[in-house]
Amino acid sequence: MTVKARTAASALSRRAFLVETTAVVGGLSLGFNIPFLGAAQAADGAAAEINAWVVIRPDDTVVIRIARSEMGQGTLTGLAQLVAEELQCDWSKVTTEFPTPGQSLARQRAWGNFSTGGSRGIRESHKYVREGGAAAREMLIQAAATAWKVPAAECAAANSVITHQPSGRKTSYGKVAAKAAKLAPPATVTLKDPKDWTIAGKGLKRLDTAPKVTGEQVYGIDLKLPGMLVAVIRDCPVNGGVVKSFDAAKVAGMPGVKRVVAVDQSGVAVVADTFWNAKTAVEALPVEWDPGEGATVSSASIAALLKEGLDADKAYVGNKAGDAAAAIAGAAKKVEAVFSYPFLNHATMEPMNATALYTPERCEVWAPTQNGEAALAATADAAELPVARCDVHKMILGGGFGRRGRTDYVRQAVLIAKQMPGTPIKLIWTREEDMTHCGFHPISQCKLTGGLDAAGNLVGLHMRLSGQSILASLMPQNLQNGMDPVTFQGLNPGGAESAFGYDVPNLLIDHAMRNTHLTAGFWRGVNTNHNAIYVECFMDELAHAAGVDPLEFRRKLLKPKHRAVLDAVAERAHWGNPPPGRHQGLAQIMGFGSYVAACAEVSVSPEGKLTIHKIVAATNPGVVVNPAQIERQVAGSFVYGLSALLYGEITVKDGAVEQTNFDTYNSLRMAEMPEVEALIVPTGDFWGGVGEPTIAVAAPAVLNAIFQATGKRIRSVPLMHHDLRPA
Amino acid sequence: MTTLSVNGKTYKVDVDPQTPLLWVLRDTLGLTGTKYGCGIGQCGSCTVHVDGEAMRSCVVQVGAVAGRHVTTIEALAKGHVLHRVQQAWIDHDVPQCGYCQSGMIMAVVALLKEKPQPTDADIDDAITNICRCGTFQQVRAAIHAAAKA
Repeated sequence: MTVKARTAASALSRRAFLVETTAVVGGLSLGFNIPFLGAAQAADGAAAEINAWVVIRPDDTVVIRIARSEMGQGTLTGLAQLVAEELQCDWSKVTTEFPTPGQSLARQRAWGNFSTGGSRGIRESHKYVREGGAAAREMLIQAAATAWKVPAAECAAANSVITHQPSGRKTSYGKVAAKAAKLAPPATVTLKDPKDWTIAGKGLKRLDTAPKVTGEQVYGIDLKLPGMLVAVIRDCPVNGGVVKSFDAAKVAGMPGVKRVVAVDQSGVAVVADTFWNAKTAVEALPVEWDPGEGATVSSASIAALLKEGLDADKAYVGNKAGDAAAAIAGAAKKVEAVFSYPFLNHATMEPMNATALYTPERCEVWAPTQNGEAALAATADAAELPVARCDVHKMILGGGFGRRGRTDYVRQAVLIAKQMPGTPIKLIWTREEDMTHCGFHPISQCKLTGGLDAAGNLVGLHMRLSGQSILASLMPQNLQNGMDPVTFQGLNPGGAESAFGYDVPNLLIDHAMRNTHLTAGFWRGVNTNHNAIYVECFMDELAHAAGVDPLEFRRKLLKPKHRAVLDAVAERAHWGNPPPGRHQGLAQIMGFGSYVAACAEVSVSPEGKLTIHKIVAATNPGVVVNPAQIERQVAGSFVYGLSALLYGEITVKDGAVEQTNFDTYNSLRMAEMPEVEALIVPTGDFWGGVGEPTIAVAAPAVLNAIFQATGKRIRSVPLMHHDLRPA
Repeated sequence: MTTLSVNGKTYKVDVDPQTPLLWVLRDTLGLTGTKYGCGIGQCGSCTVHVDGEAMRSCVVQVGAVAGRHVTTIEALAKGHVLHRVQQAWIDHDVPQCGYCQSGMIMAVVALLKEKPQPTDADIDDAITNICRCGTFQQVRAAIHAAAKA
């Protein structure tokens, strides 16, 4: 879908803004043009705003504005590299700042989309941020040339210094910035060829490290405002349920307690002087819940619902070629397997929080959010104020993973603050609240049926997914005739985003949507997590049934870019020749615009203890902006993905989530971390994401290696439920 | 009133002695470098030193540390000179989101005090902090570098 750039932001209705910003949370395409906005002096006077992206101070400090959120994935540094590359500035003088979504809206969305999800931070904005850097460079050069009364074409910029080449005269960006800021932006700019890059494309260190090692970094949860109070909330343990009653008088006299407030229909919060006092009181607060219809739901009832979908007549078709049913019926050998994947919680290390200051005239929010504009829309909606009288100050995030694209916690903070006008309220979720209230990774099952001919060729494949839809939970307006297209991530017939890698002559991939009362959400890797397990573990089963090496079986069917990353890991990992006692497994997928593959190396002891020794992973992200950061994102994605593989599972009893904290929802520790070797194999002809793609290949590569080690096909996760002793 | 020694300063705090040290540090003393992650001693984000020993401050009652010396991430550097573990963290570009890193660094400083040249196995045993971004490879490399520094 396309959202048109607006010309009269102030006239925009709150409702329209709300709809449009929530529509893009899922990372659907957003088409708009970013003009080289005209100059405007920054508020602090001494600093000159050359354009929306670049501010230069007299001391040559370069402030690069970053619209996307920084949650650890390194986008802040990568985007700054892209601007700085075109700006030709001194990287050692670069610092960054976040414009607010309110400022952006007041300037006709000068900074474009703020949404930071779907591994889109860089790949979706690289062009206009580079153009911003290039335009600023041209204006700075023009300002120097004008002062020297020479043609701009005789001047060149490098490292924040402008040189008049014939005379050798030099000046710095800081000296001409004020004049440059008054110039009209160039009509067009030419971007550098990435092969000429000197800042972008390099493994530069992150810009946000120092305060993170000294404790100085202020995350949302650390914010202090004068007169601020802390709120702790309890929302109904059963999603969809409401508060019947609560007895505020019982806790009103507890230490530090200021107020007990209802939050929407489903929650109640205690506002106190400190977190601990608020938490102690809200836990002591007598609350009677009406859990609603969800109370009858259990993990067993959800599993039954999904199982029915595996053979249901009606399903949405995501990918079809030839006649899969006929090809399988006529095949020499039929292979069938049923897989399942659980709900998962994001469990960001920093629990959900937001701080709100409401007055009848204005509402300000400070929040760790992956989508500043959606948070602004939620603020305006909850405050019942025009968008122009609200703003959101984005904080550095203590983890996002998709969870903070939602705005439920922002809404709650505003609703609480609205009941105490003039007092800043910092809402902090306990870990227990965070674990039980989430847009969970969707649950699914999958039945795969494959037909092999007498020579072992795959002639037909039917993949029936049954499970929850994220779009149905979060943005039903984006369903397409009822179908959730995001369900087919990694399974699509083509396209630049997430195509199915295999050419199968007769293919049917369809989805029986089975929604539950829990809210599903975008969880790092999203639907590629289970789709990669289903496809890649089944390809291994087919290869085994055909008596063909799993690499060769895949190679015959894979499209070139998919095959190239698989070949890269197979070669580097010495596929087929693991060290003694170790066993290998492969997987590949395309997701978030990039091609990825992994080769895992494991051993399983006679007692069934699994050791994941090493994973070699290849990524073709098209263009590389920061290889060092890609390596970290690949390794980090495996920690996240392997945590899910080993331990991740959210279960439901009487409608409520059973896991409450890291003791019941474990995460991989240092001792379990495999060595990760990240191969970056860019082809340079497209822009793909890197935050998410590789997460999906960790689990199937390990599962396939476990089969090699034990002869056991594990078709449900997490592994903690399985006996891995060799068969 | 509980008398506390934090980062070399003495404080008298008027809180219930059963209050977790973490929340006294964060909300009463304003030392927010120490993080809340789980509240049950699982994740290690709240790790501080009590008389030089790493402890998870979310499960330590403030009354239990009266008269003992508490050190938080804020006091690790001496003026502008970073502790060698912090410097190794910068040299290896360790943090991503960084939220767990205060606790991770405090745990590592305590480890190096006990085992100045830790093996990988020592590290695996001692550093059980949760990091969801997963910078474990950089953490391990930085620990070895700090040990040599």
